[in-house]
This record gives sequence, structure tokens and C-alpha cells, in this order.
Amino acid sequence: MKRHLNTALNALGVFAVLVALWQAIIWVFRVPSFMLPSPALVAATLVTRIAPLSQSLLITAEEAGGGLLLSVLAGVAVSLVFAQSGWLRRMLYPYTILLQTVPIIAVAPLILMWSGSGAWSVTLIAFIICLAPIIANTTQGMISVEENLIHLFMMHKASPGQSLFKLRLPHAMPNLFAGIRISAGLSVIGAITGELFAGSSRVGQGGLGYSILYASAQLQTAYLFALVIAASVLGFAFFFLAMFVEWYFLHNWHQSARAGEVI
Amino acid sequence: MTTHYEIVPEIACTRTGKQYRQGAEALRDINFTVYKGEILSILGPSGCGKSTLLKMIAGLTSVTSGEITVNGMTPVNARELVSFIFQDATLLPWRTVKRNIDLGLELEGATRERRDGKTEEMLALVGLSDVAGRYPRELSGGMKMRVSIARALATRPRILLMDEPFAALDEMTRNRMNDELLRLQKQHGWTIVFVTHSVAEAVFLSSRILVLAPNPGRVLEMVNVELDRSNLAEVRSSDAFEQEVSRVSRILRGAHLA
Repeated sequence: MKRHLNTALNALGVFAVLVALWQAIIWVFRVPSFMLPSPALVAATLVTRIAPLSQSLLITAEEAGGGLLLSVLAGVAVSLVFAQSGWLRRMLYPYTILLQTVPIIAVAPLILMWSGSGAWSVTLIAFIICLAPIIANTTQGMISVEENLIHLFMMHKASPGQSLFKLRLPHAMPNLFAGIRISAGLSVIGAITGELFAGSSRVGQGGLGYSILYASAQLQTAYLFALVIAASVLGFAFFFLAMFVEWYFLHNWHQSARAGEVI
Repeated sequence: MTTHYEIVPEIACTRTGKQYRQGAEALRDINFTVYKGEILSILGPSGCGKSTLLKMIAGLTSVTSGEITVNGMTPVNARELVSFIFQDATLLPWRTVKRNIDLGLELEGATRERRDGKTEEMLALVGLSDVAGRYPRELSGGMKMRVSIARALATRPRILLMDEPFAALDEMTRNRMNDELLRLQKQHGWTIVFVTHSVAEAVFLSSRILVLAPNPGRVLEMVNVELDRSNLAEVRSSDAFEQEVSRVSRILRGAHLA
């Protein structure tokens, strides 16, 4: 507990120093506020425009969350297939890597062209960016089961389904959660990227990406800062949510998931 | 000299050999019979193929020449009669002790009721009732091995194939596990094939010891162990035990030279 308090105090100290530095730069170089708003102005903007801000945040959270959830479902399904067949895995695995190396920024306009510029398309973009880490990690977990455990299941005449769902899948859970942790952060990036291209998904109100475009066009730099902060908070929240779910499912039996040891 | 087993063959290896696909020969011309209710140890230097032989009896790796029958059947068909106990406890870390013991019955599709009853019985048998709800990572090496044995026994096997099951344990724990194994075996009359690299363990447990020599793995000698086990507590400190250990050690030295 004391260690956690220390960590929090240290982080807060760093924050204070950064804010002081930020204010100092404005005073020393006389930066105009449309270029770099003061910390106080950003804080005030966060308060006064909390309503549109939180609405944007919610929209982006839905899209990112939806994409992440879909990627977990699809990624686990693909991994189950990969675990069953070596030749299928060798044949299709390169495309999983492709999924990771293709720049999402280049693909986003295509997806919007094909499936319209609604929230669904943004969710799809988040889904694509999340998928590769889930597949790669989960497959790794499923195929790295020790030989003795496989022999044990053979001795009990386990069916392929039993070997898959009672051995390989639970064995891959720590890997799946490692993948989810990576994808949680990516999902927010994917959703915001999608929104930058998709624009408003709902009449008069869009997600964070849309609002960022809007604020920068209007030179509402303080609001832009507030939006960036909101986006970071969202990424953080997703990451910690993923960690909590991981802890919840694994802390009984797996080393990596003891609370507090990760941070 | 007391023999508790009947002279009914349970496992028969006839001119059994194993050649790997890359060409290396692991085992050559292995002939021996394990009788119903006996404990037979397989002893030999590392690399002599003793684990491979055990896995062949379990049907976990193929026989490339000759044959192995278990109760007159092929090893794969005889699996219902057999439980395999591995060197490491091979527990599923995401399952509690109770649910690990449950595994075999669950895979065989036993009813919840039968499973629960059997698991309780096994927990009591290996003295783990107190830790039924714990996870494997909370257990000591000896306790993990008990869980592994309880799991193997839950499916009521007639034959136990044990691959250096106590090799990773400290000597005191290992001796205690050996005592318990012997006591349980007497009660239930299991046929046990026990792979070990410890001469003392082989002498203590088994009626006969199959000594293998390496490169390629082959039978050096089948040793009859002459030992009175009527008073288990005294066996290890008896002169007869020491004599048998040194006799088998001499034979084993031959395996290193062969």
C-alpha cells in the first residue's frame, strides 16, 4: 500500500514539474495562446466544455471498445483454428503479420469508402488494428503447451474438442490477456484515426478524432489540448480496464497477474 | 523372498525396437514380460531409452519393430487400464487441486456425482483433503506429486506407468512417497512399471529390475530382487537391502561400460 502511495506521489511530482515548465515557456517566450494555451486556460476549457467533450469521449469509447471486443472474439476464433492445424497456420500466418504492418492510416479511407462514414466503419478500423496482437499472442499460447500435458490428455482419450477447450484455450489465457493489453491502447488510436477520416458520425457531434479536426481548423487550441488529454485518459482507462480483467481471471493461478507487480 | 503377484503376463515386449525417422536407433531387441500385480523397475544410465520404452508401453510413441501388448491388446487400445505418471506433476495450473484430480473422470464423461465422490476418496487417500481448493502454485513439490498420483488413480487403473515420478523430490519426501506407493500397491494389486535412475529406489520398490545399456538401448540384465518387505520401516536399514543395492550397482556399472 505504501509503495502504491509513493508511486502516486512520484507521478504527481513529475506532473507538477511539467506543468511549471509549460507555464515557464509561455512566460519566457511570450507564446500566444492560440499556439500554446496556458495550463490554467486548458483546465478552464476542460471544465466549461465538459459536456461536448464527454460526449465525444463516449462516442470514441464505444467505437474503440466495440472494435476491441470484436477483435477478441474473432482473434480467439482464428487462434482456435490455427491451433488445430499446422499447415493452415503456416499458410495464413503471414497474412496476420501483414495485418500488423499495413499502415492503418492508408487503409482507413478505403474502409470508409466501402462501408460508409458511420460509427460502424470506425469500429471496423479499430477492430483491424487490434486483431493482429490478439491472434499472434493467443496462437502462441495455444501451440506452446508442454508435451506431457498433451500426453496426459491422450492417455485419457480426450477428444479434439476437449483438448482445445480444456487444455489449449485455458493455457493460452495469459497470452490472450497480454494481447488484449496491447490492443486496448491500439483500439483508441484506431478509433481516433478512423474518426479523422470519417468525420462526424452523428449529426452535430462526433468522436474525439472528429472534434480534434474541428478544433484545429477553428484554432481552438485550448480545446484541442483538452481533447488530446481526453484521448490519453481514454487510452489509459482502456489499459487499466484490460489489466483489471486480466487480474480478475488470472490472479488465482498465474504469476504475471498479481496486482501491483506490473506497475 | 515373497512374491505377491500371480504369474499372469500383463505387459509383454517382444523383440521391441525403436528407430527414429532420422535414423538413430533408440532401442534394440527388447524382450521382457511384466506380470500382473508386480512392480518392475527400469533402470539405466541416461540416454538408454528407458523413458522412451515406457512411452511405447503407453502408446504415446510408436513401436517401430517387434511388438508390445498390454493385457493382450495394443497399447493404444489398452489405455483404459493404464494411468501414466510423469516426472513433473503436469498439473493444470488454472485448476484447483480438486479439479485437477477430477480431470480424468471429467474427460471420460463421468457424472458430477461420481466425480465428486471419487475425488473426495482420492483426496483422502493421498492426504490432501485440506488443500482441495488450492491452486498448484501454492503447493510444494511433494504435494504436487501427490495430486498427480491421485489424479492417475481416480480413473481406477490396473496398470501404472511411472516415469521417474519422484526424481525432483528431496530424499526424505521421496522415501515417504515410496513407502506409501508400496503400501497402496499391496492393497490394490496394481501392476507398476517404474522408470528410475536411483538404484536404491528400484531395489526398495520392485520385485524385478530391468537394467538397460545405452547406444542403442538394450537389455543388459533382468535382476530378481531378493528382499523381505514384511516390515517396511526396517527395509532401508537392513543388510539385505544394502547388499542388493551394491549388487545392482555393480550390474549398472556394467551398463556404463557396455
